[in-house]
Amino acid sequence: MMEVVDNSYPGFQFSNFARNENLVAKGFPMPNSRKTGTTIAGIVFKDGVVLGADTRATEGDIIADKNCSKIHYLQPNMYCCGAGTAADLEMTTQLMASQLELHRLNTGRQVPVVAANRMLKQMLFRYQGYIGAALVLGGVDKHDSHIYSIHPHGSTDRLPYTTMGSGSLAAMSVFESRWKPNMELEEAKQLVRDAIAGGVFNDLGSGSNIDLCIITKDGATMIRPYDVANVKGQRQGKYEYKRGTTEVLSTTVRPIQIVAETVKKVTVEEMDTA
Amino acid sequence: MSILNYNGGCVVAMKGKNCVAIACDLRFGVQSQTITTDFERVFELGPQLYIGLPGLATDTQTVYQRLQFRIKMYEMREGRRMKPQTLMAMAQNLLYERRFGPYFVEPVIAGLHPSTKEPYICALDLIGCPCEPADFVVSGTCSESLYGMCETTWREDMEPEDLFECISQSLVNAFDRDALSGWGAVVHIIEHDKVTTRYLKCRQD
Amino acid sequence: MALEMMMSGPDYMRDPRKHQFSPYANNGGTSVAIAGDDFVMIASDTRLSRGFNIFSREQDKVFPLTPKTMMASSGCWADVLTLNKVLQARLTMYSHEHHDMMSTTAVAQLLSTMLYWRRFFPYYVSNILAGIDEEGKGVVYHYDPVGHMEKLTFSATGESVSQIQPLLDNQIGGLNMLGVKPPTMTKDLARQLIHDAFVSAAERDINTGDGIIIHTITKDGKTEETVKLRRD
Repeated sequence: MMEVVDNSYPGFQFSNFARNENLVAKGFPMPNSRKTGTTIAGIVFKDGVVLGADTRATEGDIIADKNCSKIHYLQPNMYCCGAGTAADLEMTTQLMASQLELHRLNTGRQVPVVAANRMLKQMLFRYQGYIGAALVLGGVDKHDSHIYSIHPHGSTDRLPYTTMGSGSLAAMSVFESRWKPNMELEEAKQLVRDAIAGGVFNDLGSGSNIDLCIITKDGATMIRPYDVANVKGQRQGKYEYKRGTTEVLSTTVRPIQIVAETVKKVTVEEMDTA
Repeated sequence: MSILNYNGGCVVAMKGKNCVAIACDLRFGVQSQTITTDFERVFELGPQLYIGLPGLATDTQTVYQRLQFRIKMYEMREGRRMKPQTLMAMAQNLLYERRFGPYFVEPVIAGLHPSTKEPYICALDLIGCPCEPADFVVSGTCSESLYGMCETTWREDMEPEDLFECISQSLVNAFDRDALSGWGAVVHIIEHDKVTTRYLKCRQD
Repeated sequence: MALEMMMSGPDYMRDPRKHQFSPYANNGGTSVAIAGDDFVMIASDTRLSRGFNIFSREQDKVFPLTPKTMMASSGCWADVLTLNKVLQARLTMYSHEHHDMMSTTAVAQLLSTMLYWRRFFPYYVSNILAGIDEEGKGVVYHYDPVGHMEKLTFSATGESVSQIQPLLDNQIGGLNMLGVKPPTMTKDLARQLIHDAFVSAAERDINTGDGIIIHTITKDGKTEETVKLRRD
């Protein structure tokens, strides 16, 4: 009965686990899932925080997505950059966004960034690192501006500037040489751009464009893309095939038939408020 | 060898001007041995909604059936056709639910919005990470060759007939360099008023 | 207690230990060669990498062998350099002995023999050899790492071979197209195809990028041209 209504169990399903382990033992290793090689970064500046990310998603050595979004929404005052297994990041941030929203509705006030940090770390710790999400959480609440880096096993740091992902060293070298307290907005944006660009150009796992997200006490602005660091290459030839070039064995055309169509005119009537 | 390549097969989808195309090969094999050459891995889930499920054949069929079940439940409950975006979310949930014991399929979704007729394509990895680009998506054993072909031949705003030539040539030339895919191909061109299905003549080796 | 005995006993009592020797590195690189009636073009990308790191953005992977022959190699860069050095030495010895340059066909055979000589500890290298043959025609030879050789009119090899080869099959070989004849190869067409093939490969392969160097060999000599690619 439970198997018929197949989405009645909440949480993860393990019905394929034994079969898949058996396949591994027989010499069919688990396929790789999509990863975001990634450079992500976040800094605190005078009026808030700036988050930055590249936009490349890879499957092994192949670029699966040239313009994916790695800065995820959590709350109007909170965003989160992700590096690691792409599906884990997508689902973890979606789940966290809804839980934070419920928390906000329950308490009737803006969620503090520490709360999001603790919820994320407790979830990741519970899964013992098997959820491969490395996050840079940024937000502004009534107390302060916050940047947290959250590791897949659930450890977290609160820092004034941080980087994550395969390009984290390239990006961190930029921060270590140029970050200072109480920077102006334009200076902060430029610094994060340059840090991500360091990853984009020097780390093969990161690439394409640079996205930024600026959060201040007045709200958040996503700038996507902030900088098109790499334009698509221009082809010199035209590769248009003449119609009829491909040899066809059989063709079937199925029209989308409209069975019935009714048009109902809408007339606006004044509401009787007398 | 990865279990994703055990039975072979590939799927590609492309956006055109007010239309989308989805195509697959027809080989079903067990490693290097070909069993049948009429195994379609693109399925119709609505009048203008298609999903391709390359990967392990048993999971192709299981995932197709599970999705069909969930879609029927959705459409009965809601009393309306499913949007391609909703199908993506549904497939994403189905696959991520089995994050730690996945189905070995990497789905490709192509369709038109039921009311606005907006074209939509999307590819998911085996644990449900979506990728929704503006041009094309590929999946299966010859995905690298498909990337090379599509990246060169795809262009913006193709008419349905040109889209057919582009997707067919990309698919056929790509799988001719792959021992695990090929042996025939089927292409669906989805337009606002009709769906055209064509079987292609291919080399049989 | 038993475990303690194992740990402290003589070495033949201990668990077997596995030692590994990994002599190869993959430094990426992609090469393409296209032959015409009176010319041959051979090109490679200029990125040298390992893992997620870029070692060089301007490393030409095409080596001149004789005035009429060039070889593009990619794979393990140490092996590329060694193979090339040994091959150069053999060519010099030949020219001293015979007071003449080795012909392209002879170089092609020599390379195959040299690769097969190391059948059980091969050079981890993908090669294409391009040159002008005795009749003045362009030829391309494609090799596997242990010396299997194939004479072709166009070929791709290296990291992005699977992206490029189907395109060349279709555009030069004229495969799978009804009523379309394979085109007559001109320098302009060859250059355009090489350019577009690398542009597409750079879009999708993380190991291919930075630039391409296209070498052209004709009976009058060699020319080269550099084209930029994306650098991410």
